[in-house]
Amino acid sequence: MIGGLFIYNHKGEVLISRVYRDDIGRNAVDAFRVNVIHARQQVRSPVTNIARTSFFHVKRSNIWLAAVTKQNVNAAMVFEFLYKMCDVMAAYFGKISEENIKNNFVLIYELLDEILDFGYPQNSETGALKTFITQQGIKSQHQTKEEQSQITSQVTGQIGWRREGIKYRRNELFLDVLESVNLLMSPQGQVLSAHVSGRVVMKSYLSGMPECKFGMNDKIVIEKQGKGTADETSKSGKQSIAIDDCTFHQCVRLSKFDSERSISFIPPDGEFELMRYRTTKDIILPFRVIPLVREVGRTKLEVKVVIKSNFKPSLLAQKIEVRIPTPLNTSGVQVICMKGKAKYKASENAIVWKIKRMAGMKESQISAEIELLPTNDKKKWARPPISMNFEVRQRRGLEQCVLGKTLEILPVNLCTYHLADDETETPERSDFNSQTHFFPCRLPPRN
Amino acid sequence: MTDSKYFTTTKKGEIFELKAELNSDKKEKKKEAVKKVIASMTVGKDVSALFPDVVNCMQTDNLELKKLVYLYLMNYAKSQPDMAIMAVNTFVKDCEDPNPLIRALAVRTMGCIRVDKITEYLCEPLRKCLKDEDPYVRKTAAVCVAKLHDINAQLVEDQGFLDTLKDLISDSNPMVVANAVAALSEIAESHPSSNLLDLNPQSINKLLTALNECTEWGQIFILDCLANYTPKDDREAQSICERVTPRLSHANSAVVLSAVKVLMKFMEMLSKDLDYYGTLLKKLAPPLVTLLSAEPELQYVALRNINLIVQKRPEVLKHEMKVFFVKYNDPIYVKLEKLDIMIRLASQANIAQVLAELKEYATEVDVDFVRKAVRAIGRCAIKVEQSAERCVSTLLDLIQTKVNYVVQEAIVVIKDIFRKYPNKYESVIATLCENLDSLDEPEARAAMIWIVGEYAERIDNADELLESFLEGFHDESAQVQLQLLTAIVKLFLKKPTETQELVQQVLSLATQDSDNPDLRDRGYIYWRLLSTDPVAAKEVVLAEKPLISEETDLIEPTLLDELICCIGTLASVYHKPPSAFVEGGRGVVHKSLPPRTASSESTESPETAPAGAPPGEQLDTVPTQGDLLGDLLNLDLGPPVSGPPLATSAVQMGAVDLLGGGLDSLMGDEPEGIGAPSFVAPPAAAVPANLGAPMGSGLSDLFDLTSGVGTLSGSYVAPKAVWLPAMKAKGLEISGTFTRQAGSISMDLQLTNKALQVMTDFAIQFNRNSFGLAPAAPLQVHAPLSPTQTVEISLPLSTAGSVMKTEPLNSLQVAVKNNIDVFYFSTLYPLHILFVEDGKMDRQMFLATWKDIPNENEAQFQIRDCPLNAEAVSSRLQSSSIFTVARRNVEGQDMLYQSLKLTNGIWVLAELRIQPGNPSFTLSLKCRAPEVSQHVYQAYETILKN
Repeated sequence: MIGGLFIYNHKGEVLISRVYRDDIGRNAVDAFRVNVIHARQQVRSPVTNIARTSFFHVKRSNIWLAAVTKQNVNAAMVFEFLYKMCDVMAAYFGKISEENIKNNFVLIYELLDEILDFGYPQNSETGALKTFITQQGIKSQHQTKEEQSQITSQVTGQIGWRREGIKYRRNELFLDVLESVNLLMSPQGQVLSAHVSGRVVMKSYLSGMPECKFGMNDKIVIEKQGKGTADETSKSGKQSIAIDDCTFHQCVRLSKFDSERSISFIPPDGEFELMRYRTTKDIILPFRVIPLVREVGRTKLEVKVVIKSNFKPSLLAQKIEVRIPTPLNTSGVQVICMKGKAKYKASENAIVWKIKRMAGMKESQISAEIELLPTNDKKKWARPPISMNFEVRQRRGLEQCVLGKTLEILPVNLCTYHLADDETETPERSDFNSQTHFFPCRLPPRN
Repeated sequence: MTDSKYFTTTKKGEIFELKAELNSDKKEKKKEAVKKVIASMTVGKDVSALFPDVVNCMQTDNLELKKLVYLYLMNYAKSQPDMAIMAVNTFVKDCEDPNPLIRALAVRTMGCIRVDKITEYLCEPLRKCLKDEDPYVRKTAAVCVAKLHDINAQLVEDQGFLDTLKDLISDSNPMVVANAVAALSEIAESHPSSNLLDLNPQSINKLLTALNECTEWGQIFILDCLANYTPKDDREAQSICERVTPRLSHANSAVVLSAVKVLMKFMEMLSKDLDYYGTLLKKLAPPLVTLLSAEPELQYVALRNINLIVQKRPEVLKHEMKVFFVKYNDPIYVKLEKLDIMIRLASQANIAQVLAELKEYATEVDVDFVRKAVRAIGRCAIKVEQSAERCVSTLLDLIQTKVNYVVQEAIVVIKDIFRKYPNKYESVIATLCENLDSLDEPEARAAMIWIVGEYAERIDNADELLESFLEGFHDESAQVQLQLLTAIVKLFLKKPTETQELVQQVLSLATQDSDNPDLRDRGYIYWRLLSTDPVAAKEVVLAEKPLISEETDLIEPTLLDELICCIGTLASVYHKPPSAFVEGGRGVVHKSLPPRTASSESTESPETAPAGAPPGEQLDTVPTQGDLLGDLLNLDLGPPVSGPPLATSAVQMGAVDLLGGGLDSLMGDEPEGIGAPSFVAPPAAAVPANLGAPMGSGLSDLFDLTSGVGTLSGSYVAPKAVWLPAMKAKGLEISGTFTRQAGSISMDLQLTNKALQVMTDFAIQFNRNSFGLAPAAPLQVHAPLSPTQTVEISLPLSTAGSVMKTEPLNSLQVAVKNNIDVFYFSTLYPLHILFVEDGKMDRQMFLATWKDIPNENEAQFQIRDCPLNAEAVSSRLQSSSIFTVARRNVEGQDMLYQSLKLTNGIWVLAELRIQPGNPSFTLSLKCRAPEVSQHVYQAYETILKN
């Protein structure tokens, strides 16, 4: 199991050091600093073995978190734990920075004592932790016996992520669907591979212990239900999508999903990621991006990028951002675009083109002249792909969702979110939002 | 709330000031002071001097302050054990506190204080906490038992905590169950033989119920524990699988991977015809692919595991090639792993896409990645014949880029392609030759030289090309020198008229001016061959080469099975068995897939070709150490090395190995030992001396030892036999025997000087042998050995040496050097020195394994004239690590079922039938490697009759 946990700043100074096992000595702290943080070479692996001691590390901004062990631990668990540790810290004091860690080091030690015992991860849900790790130690002295046993039963219980007795005047529920279309396109414009990975993020502000159910137009479910009412479904134009795979937050009853394919759960309070899904079938690309790159001599590059929206004209994509990477030796850029604003950002080595909104079946283009410094630098330009971000925001009342009206979400039609709330009050409003991140294509090779 | 100020106090006299503050009456000030102490502790300052003052602050109502003091105690108690006792009272009191959080805190902290006196006091509170009404306290106490076990295992057993812990597996609270499982699993690891976890269908059912209810971490503990269970039949395996599959949709990747581990392991037991088998196979792919959308570090862990899964069950992901395409923003470690898997999945169906991708990668920025991509193109060509032509043209395109490292890498792989498809792509040689000057890496130079030598008859200026390399012969690396030597000999055999001078030149460079014994030896062999029988030389040197295998870098099958049982863990990330990186006994228990029992001890598989054989001829066909081991274990598992057997043996000539492979450093020490060669033919004396000696003495010793076996003393250590008579070794007589004590093998030697001169500078070396026996330390003869003097030496042996199957299996060829000469002899070691101490198999495993080994592997032997009864037999065998797993009495006969394990992980199962009153026993042996049976039987004989 995990033998010790260290947090370093970018210089390799120790900010937090907690040793759980006798086989980890203080010298392990220095070994990691010398061999990894101060190493000249780029990090070649997130797992390093130094003198029969294994170090797992993750980096958050310029802070290093390292877990240390001498045993054959579950490596996936160690990384999951490190991410969780970051989430917990962020939930307590915001951004993970040297400043914040130093300011909260007592709290961090207290958390580390609670969520890791003898190197075994324990309950690490912030919802539960916040009930008794408050940094106001005195408070716990005045708890009644009932309160105390409520805390302990929650921390160890089946619903470790939610505390009892939550009350809201307004019951609200927000759903965000964040999708990223991962597309590999050859410089010749051929789609090599495409998949959509989506995340459903829920913000729940509901009272009590609400029993929730979440549905979607998963092909398997629709086909199951649709046996009798096949006509109806085709009439309403409901499209089902074939989900390759999905994973759920630990609040979702997995065995129920496995047997009935229904998603039922008692949500944690506040924001959490309910599910992730991945689909590869029938992906309709929301945009086409067509780049043209022409080299003019050794010091000039002409780039033209055309984007075409490829969805129903009635829909609106918002906050479109296209990023066109530029070579490292760029000295100046002139841009002309038909729509929106474009700017060359030297610090990011990219031209950023922003369009507020764009309806379906439209087209827009940008052209840029990139001046290059003559260079004999051997270091090659990595030619990053053009990337693109946009949002589709739709607000619907929950009643409509429950009635099963189709919500069109781009780029895949992942529709009919319905939230049934059998026992407790019905949430008053839900908000729905979809964001898409898009890596359309590789730049053509330079010759 | 800015605690960061505590980090900044670095002035002098700090300790003194802190002391004053800690003793302050004001609570706030005290707390401030303790925070400062903790901050100093964090950055590595020694604040142990403040121990009594900090402990004084322990008795407080302030929980935050209390936690800080506890933190301090955990760090320094060990250095101040006497003063730590001061804290005991508070701990004991806190364990009785009405607040469960405080009770748990106390017992948690106490378990972290590794001071004997404190542990004594811990027992009573721990006993209470294990039965506490509050689940939070119980789950903390469960882990505390593991902590206590780490400090004092005996105490835990004496106090009966293990039983209480077992009871907690049936606790009503899922988290208590999970922690109890974690604690028990850890304790069980240090007692591999004990059946601590006692997994049976009932307890498994409890675990599966808890699995649905506990935290994500608890699910991991339970799944990892389930993976150690062996279901009794395929139906039980299936029902567990059904209840584990829902975990594949968990957001936590570790839960998913642990579930995959359980499924991969239990699938082994399911029949492939079962519908369910197919369903399960389909269910495995999507979650594995989803892991690739996780954070990069987890992707890396997932990819390393997928690499294993793809080798074990290629069908799982065969349609998912595209998801392994490299993304621009993948970290380099993810890119390299993806590339590896892409090659494994490459097939005729997807080769076009793969090639297009690889070509793209070959123009990337990262040098390692580009090299690997170029190499991958070559591997595709070898793997998928239909693509070979496209691969070659892609490689030629890449050579045209003139990027130095790309060109060199391409030439290395083109050489392999030539090997695989002879006489097909030679038209590209001209292009390759154009790049001759730009090659500066030994591997690429060697590859190019091989090509020139191999196709010397089609390259007009082959002699010029090779001659140009010859100029700087001594500056080349050994690899290039060897290759150049072989290439020129080939050239000579093909075009003898023009190249006689060249071959003379290279032979004299290799034999006279080189310090490298490999090179010298190969030089001599060629020289002798050429001077005695050029026709034979032609047959040997230009022999048809065995095919090269399609897959490279495959993990040796037994290791692969062990790693499959370690999915998700560090072992699966390193691709090494836990024993290779975990110290001590913990976690080193070999795991194996249910119906298979073979597991391997091989640490790494260094891809060292035997130095004595020409690398050109051997590249890629030389099985790695692991492969050889695999062959030995299970002949049908090794990668196919096809080709005319005659040619193979001609190339791999045992003699070459004997001369060069094992003994190079010995020879290297003493260049004059061989004598100055004459110019025309190499010295005749040197070769027979080296070749002849081992054969002769080997045979005679074979008889020596077998006849000696009958007269052994009772300690299972054979009396020393003469291994090397003085007349064969210029006065040095060596006798010796082998012993095994407490897990370490040694060779006890007696050296006698029967010559008239003093002997010094002893050294010993073994040739490669079946079980990798090698000296673990140099031969230490401290004083010079004067005439008639005798010295006794115990030479520790390890089994980490390189492995080559010998005939007979247990023969060992040894070279001993002293100031006079180098001597060779061979001996046989009794197999029981290789029986390891943890060779006891549990009953169920024994049964399953026995059934699983095919009947043709069974061998039956008679042990005659042994007057012992069953008990005596059992105990005597046990002291030599042959363990009786079960005993049965059938119709008056005693049947003993026994298991033993060899150092390389081979299990041997035995059934010994003893009839009372009859001194003849019947021994049936079953083993996956039947060739060891004969030797195991001899070991039985030896042990029982002495």
